Amino acid sequence: MENQTSTIQLVQASLVRRKRKERFLKGLGLSAICFAFLMLATLVISLVASGHSAFVQTHVTFEVFVDPDEIREKRLPRGGFDDALAASLAEYLPGVDLSDRATKKQVEKILSNGAQFHLRDLVVADPSLIGQTIELTVPVSDPYDQLNKGGIDPDTPEENRRLNDKQIAMFNQLVAADTISKPLNWGLIINADSRFPELAGLKGALIGSAWALLVCFLISFPLGIGAAIYLEEFAPKNRFSNLIEVNINNLAAVPSVVFGLLALSVFIGWFGLPRSAPLVGGMTLALMTMPTIIIATRAALKSVPPSIREAALGLGASPQQTVFGHVLPLAMPGILTGTIIGLAQALGETAPLLLIGMNAFITSAPDGPLSSATTLPTQIFIWADSPERGFASRTSAAILVLLGFLITMNAVAIFLRSKFERKW
Amino acid sequence: METAAETAAPKITAKNVDVFYADTQALHNVSVDIPDRQVTAFIGPSGCGKSTFLRCINRMNDTIPICRVSGDITLDGQDIYDPNVDPVQLRAQVGMVFQKPNPFPKSIFDNVAYGPRIHGLSKDRAELEGIVEKALRRAALWDEVKDRLDTPGTGLSGGQQQRLCIARAIATRPEVLLMDEPCSALDPIATAQIEELIQDLSSRFSVVIVTHSMQQAARVSQRTAFFHLGNLVEFGNTDDIFTRPSDSRTEAYITGRIG
Amino acid sequence: MLTTLPFVLLLMGALLAYVINRRAAVSLRAGGAALHSSPGYHGLFAGLAVIIPVMVITLLWMFLDGAVIERMILAGLPAQAFDGDDAGAVSLILTEIQSLAGGRVFGEPEPWKQEAADRLNALHSASGILLIAVIVVVSIAILALRRARLSPEMRARQGSERLIHGLMVFCSVVAILTTIGIVSALLFETIKFLNKVPLTEFLFGLNWEPQIPIREDQVAASGAFGWIPVLIGTLVVTVVALTVAVPTGLFAAVYLNEFAHQKFRAFAKPILEILAGVPTVVYGFFAILVIAPALRSFGAGLGLDVAPNSALAAGVVMGVMLIPFITSFADDAISAVPQSLRDGALALGSTRGEAMTNVLFPAAIPGIVGGVLLAVSRAIGETMIVVMAAGLIARLTLNPLDSVTTVTVQIVTLLIGDTSFDNPKTLAAFALGMMLFLVTLGINILAIRIVHKYREAYD
Repeated sequence: MENQTSTIQLVQASLVRRKRKERFLKGLGLSAICFAFLMLATLVISLVASGHSAFVQTHVTFEVFVDPDEIREKRLPRGGFDDALAASLAEYLPGVDLSDRATKKQVEKILSNGAQFHLRDLVVADPSLIGQTIELTVPVSDPYDQLNKGGIDPDTPEENRRLNDKQIAMFNQLVAADTISKPLNWGLIINADSRFPELAGLKGALIGSAWALLVCFLISFPLGIGAAIYLEEFAPKNRFSNLIEVNINNLAAVPSVVFGLLALSVFIGWFGLPRSAPLVGGMTLALMTMPTIIIATRAALKSVPPSIREAALGLGASPQQTVFGHVLPLAMPGILTGTIIGLAQALGETAPLLLIGMNAFITSAPDGPLSSATTLPTQIFIWADSPERGFASRTSAAILVLLGFLITMNAVAIFLRSKFERKW
Repeated sequence: METAAETAAPKITAKNVDVFYADTQALHNVSVDIPDRQVTAFIGPSGCGKSTFLRCINRMNDTIPICRVSGDITLDGQDIYDPNVDPVQLRAQVGMVFQKPNPFPKSIFDNVAYGPRIHGLSKDRAELEGIVEKALRRAALWDEVKDRLDTPGTGLSGGQQQRLCIARAIATRPEVLLMDEPCSALDPIATAQIEELIQDLSSRFSVVIVTHSMQQAARVSQRTAFFHLGNLVEFGNTDDIFTRPSDSRTEAYITGRIG
Repeated sequence: MLTTLPFVLLLMGALLAYVINRRAAVSLRAGGAALHSSPGYHGLFAGLAVIIPVMVITLLWMFLDGAVIERMILAGLPAQAFDGDDAGAVSLILTEIQSLAGGRVFGEPEPWKQEAADRLNALHSASGILLIAVIVVVSIAILALRRARLSPEMRARQGSERLIHGLMVFCSVVAILTTIGIVSALLFETIKFLNKVPLTEFLFGLNWEPQIPIREDQVAASGAFGWIPVLIGTLVVTVVALTVAVPTGLFAAVYLNEFAHQKFRAFAKPILEILAGVPTVVYGFFAILVIAPALRSFGAGLGLDVAPNSALAAGVVMGVMLIPFITSFADDAISAVPQSLRDGALALGSTRGEAMTNVLFPAAIPGIVGGVLLAVSRAIGETMIVVMAAGLIARLTLNPLDSVTTVTVQIVTLLIGDTSFDNPKTLAAFALGMMLFLVTLGINILAIRIVHKYREAYD
């Protein structure tokens, strides 16, 4: 009896310490999860904080006199478009003397480098504009864009800023003249890449990614489903099918950069396919996506109950008729979900595309799967590497666009899963 | 002796116990007094709620989120569902042996020493070794394993594993030992060993055994409770239940018409 | 146009074959014949019989015509074009001719180059036309054959099922072909590399300076190809990443598995999965945008000098990326431990924490180790984070505050920009790729084995 009471007492005595240990473990677990959440929050917040400003772009709207002295119809498309722009802009800057070369340069630099080409295109399209005054809205160059968005603090010492007092004064004159606006930056989507941040956009990358994903889908989807059906429904259990299975599992874990080496050496080196082409990118991504699709398809096929197969076989259908007519349609939602998730992974894949040259600087959108292109992630990589400040926010903005696509794709996958998921 | 047990204060008293799994009621209004230092058997067809009731006694049902228990269960007069009662402490007092032997993937010694270690029942290694030896001896396993205490417990035979689990349960010196069909996974020889062990153990504490084998209940228990469809149909001395059942359902079960 | 037309033709051919044979079968049946297979199968069989061989021909043609035409151009070049057997010069000339053919003229090309370019263009269009002719002829031939063979007794269903079966086997074999492709590409270039740099120097050399001389007579720039510093750098980053990911991931898994409310779990798991779905290029940018500056100023506060592209920053971000990976693996492993063990521990009076730390977690360790190994292999093979956030210069250091470089960084930097397949710089990337492939393959196989064994133990 004494023995027994002492047991209870000992247990009671130990409880405080043990409960404390348990709370400690719980606390550690909770803080681990919080750390992960915190990192995710920091990631998103920092991207939004640095990227949101790239969704608007500072523009200047002003009257441009298309000076016939500078721009002559017969010399088109050449002409002193930059001089005409500078002269017109100087009208809004009382006290600025354009005869001083340094000052003129500064005035020119307010406008984006693309402004003169924009004007040139307008005049080339309609030479009757020569001699007229037209209203033009063009982006300002990156430093002024930064200034307008608060990225440059006029209170810091002059030598530490990219704009000196005089330049800031000029900009303030333009602001006072009510010429400065900050509209939505459609250029981010409809422009191709450029050396100048204020002109750079994602059009080329978006089209390049679309081509690459299309190629990836066209290759990996049929191949993946074919392989999965064979392995799940038809393959005999022998060393050959075992070998294929081991292979697929391993491919799913091979580092992505190795696929880049494969593509570089085989597709480009041996087959002579063009570098930087979305076709090659898509083929590479297809090889990486295939294991994902195979694994998802097999899981979907497995979840179709055997009774369906037995019923169809019992009615005299051949094994292939059973699979293609009855099992595959039932497994389709699961297969599509897996495919979309695989394609979302492919959309974010960067390293193998770098090796096949999809990080080239290309200022026009690709017109087919064989022309040089970038993709969204490689464009992000290029911009992240660019020294201009304006590219930092554009990189974040491009990442937000990429994440937007990924979230959409995953949401579609989750929707498909919840809508069509069956419990047998 | 039997009269003494009937008059002594019961070890465990259950009053009007209802158990729900989500919206389904698994037990209806069960009231039972379990005596100290005797073997009480719960019999009945599968799904009758006998295991559910057993798991209420050490609050193992707490680990199932959808399970809800109402009514009173007291151990030595203390309500075990009182918010002040810690299930950890309760389970140290009420040990349990499961249907399938479930030794931890540790050595035989560590398996038996597990309870004493976590509860801090020993001051030093020597005392711990003493507790382990005593528990293994009581579980009639000592002679078979004394030379290989550091080998994995999962390497023993089924009957040995179950005796190891009993040793593990009694090493914490519980006051009640709950056994949930402890022999259902064992061969007849191992079953006989365990039954002998149960008899032996009941001299020190109250043993509650759930079994679907009426012969086993008749062999090992002094008191028997018959459960059917979530109701406690009949509870009394084992001899009476098996020879003069007062309820027709009990009689039907014993004579093999239901079950 | 020239790339899509063959495929359009080939699809049309298959469709035509399907329609013609189906109709023929229908009219046979209408004529009173008892068909063995339904008309649809007759059509399908004919369509497959056309599309499979023609597709093979087309793809082979497209892959090979570039190389064949190249040979023909080279063979047709005047002797003066080669002033030596230098492969680099040849590929330079070829590139020049190709850009001439593409209409990009720089300066005044020599007449023989212009001539070669014209010939290249002519050959290309000739090849295109020839391919189309071949497609049309072969399709029609097969179609005619199948139409002629059409009879009521023909087992068209069995025939097309055999073809489809063959197609499915081919799909499965692509996985093997990919592995063969990887191994042979890496092996081929690695052997070329080892012809220029001895194996012992590569494996045991302590210097990695893959600069190659621009001029033959350049001083002190022969390049050094000892991969040890690169390996050490990789290990430093990996260790940092695992130091972050393993404890965080495991504690998170323990919490989610044992303590978390069902609702919290349902909410936390998908959010953790988001971390796993973020593309690595985003993590790389995150590292340079936030983590590296933060660590640098934090280090400065402690009086430590943290390099701007320290192994620490890259490793920490990589660790964050790996957290959900470890968590889900550990969660699965712990859930796979039989409920009876948890019941046993709780019935002995364990607290839930004790049941976890003393019984469930130890029992799950084999599965967890498998997951951690897979995470190691991911960390070693991870590319973008280190390319963006780690350094380029190989230093022999174990200090995570220093800048280090990794195998994957070197592969990417050596191959970005111009790549000709004959200088040791390019080949070195493939040699590193080979090592990367071998190491990750070894770890993966080991991990998959462990996980499988573990699953068997509890099934």
